[in-house]
Amino acid sequence: MIHPIPPGTRDVLPDEMRELRALTETLRARFEAAGYGEISTPTMEYEEVLRRGDERAAGAGYRLFDEHGQVLVLRSDMTIPIARVVATRYEHEEPPFRLCYFGNAYREVDRRSGQAHEFLQTGIELIGQPEPQGDAEVAALVIEALSDAGLSRHRLGLGDGSLYRTLLAELEVPEDERRPLLEALSRRDLVGVERRVDQLGLASSASDLLTRLPTLRGGPEVLELGRDEPVSPAVENLRACYELLAERGVADRVIFDLGLVRELGYYTGAVFEIYDPAVGFAIGGGGRYDDLLGRFGRSLPACGVALDVQRVHIALTAEEKEGS
Amino acid sequence: MKIAVPRGALFVETLDLLDALGIDTSEVRSNDRKLVFPDVGIVTMRPSDVPTYVEHGAADIGITGKDVLLENVGREVYELLDLGYGYCRMVVAERDGSNAMEESLRRLGAVRLATKYPRIAAAHFADTGRQVEIVEVKGSVEIAPLTGLVDGIVDLTATGTTLAENNLVEREQICECSARLIANPVAHKLKATEIDDLIARIRGLGR
Repeated sequence: MIHPIPPGTRDVLPDEMRELRALTETLRARFEAAGYGEISTPTMEYEEVLRRGDERAAGAGYRLFDEHGQVLVLRSDMTIPIARVVATRYEHEEPPFRLCYFGNAYREVDRRSGQAHEFLQTGIELIGQPEPQGDAEVAALVIEALSDAGLSRHRLGLGDGSLYRTLLAELEVPEDERRPLLEALSRRDLVGVERRVDQLGLASSASDLLTRLPTLRGGPEVLELGRDEPVSPAVENLRACYELLAERGVADRVIFDLGLVRELGYYTGAVFEIYDPAVGFAIGGGGRYDDLLGRFGRSLPACGVALDVQRVHIALTAEEKEGS
Repeated sequence: MKIAVPRGALFVETLDLLDALGIDTSEVRSNDRKLVFPDVGIVTMRPSDVPTYVEHGAADIGITGKDVLLENVGREVYELLDLGYGYCRMVVAERDGSNAMEESLRRLGAVRLATKYPRIAAAHFADTGRQVEIVEVKGSVEIAPLTGLVDGIVDLTATGTTLAENNLVEREQICECSARLIANPVAHKLKATEIDDLIARIRGLGR
């Protein structure tokens, strides 16, 4: 007999479960050793809570009503609930707070895309530590945890989520032109960005900067290009991060990416994406969210990163296969 | 790098471009049946499959039409370059001498349209504040209004010949389309040097 399960979900049987468990135990050991205590939050949240963190409710795809008619969502993001917990439960305690989590999250995806709707996520959140120290600690820890797990080719893309917006403001691009440009950038439509920039009639150095910035990615030399430009505070932070990461011996894992944008609306500074050559999608991502805790009533700078455990597992399997 | 190459209307010009970049495509040209050419890193496929392969990283980069990208909005791929060739336009057309679309909108409240591009058609009519019923077809869309299935069509036209042969006239242009170079987001970071070098060489060809 075949009994169906909802699209984008799956069963995990013992062979796979053993491997996933070994992977998550390795990651957990590294997080705990670095002082990140594990927490667990409900699978369901009030939709209102997610909306407080992100205007699109972090892309939640599954909604239900409780017995009082309140709208609940299956969590699509772990960071917003953790911000809620810290503001609620650690109201009077001395920061920083170091927390990690392992749990399923749920998202809305195009059914044709073949991506999971339910996925196992793990991550770390460092709350109360400002940039650049906090950014560097989180980035270094996730790189090291993945090395512990057995990956050897992973890279961390490091950019700044507010860079392009700042640049548009500094160059005095008209307000109503900024949103379409930011949308084209977040669609990764660089042809559209170039077209729109050309139509703005800016000085050629400004046009050139707006067109080139999204394509600037690579080693620390990328940061040289941002010197003396209107974006220098963000670039200075990335440079400071780089030095801290170099001290921890993981700087060679970092790809600076001035065009990096993340979908979620709560990022205020550094943003991360984690790549492995065996997987066509980012295997993780995160960033700095200095405003999010304040929305829950306890204003604290914060930074975090999450990994898609199944994608990390795919990367590990591919690496083992190629190595044998 | 693995390159996804579209068969069909963009095929020959894409191979010409790759030749100009020093990638030997003679085997691809001489072999109609074979689809994968590992020696030169080329995979050939339907244009509408190119974003799928590139999004999943089964190809690092690919070439496809802007029409395909618009219809597949939400795919996580970088659109890097307008390659200029394969120029055509997405239009709304109806039977010559008829004003079926306007009549339907006035008397029945919605236009009935056939198309292979349901998302583009729906977005265009939503953006212009008109209600539309979309009938998705896979084959020759030109015959749909002639048989009374729909009032009009949304389709690509390069020269207008096919429209004219079927006694159809263009009423509105939705957008212009041409071939685009796209890249997988992970490859765009991990193979940045190769990809940037390729873009520079294509720009250098003055196309």
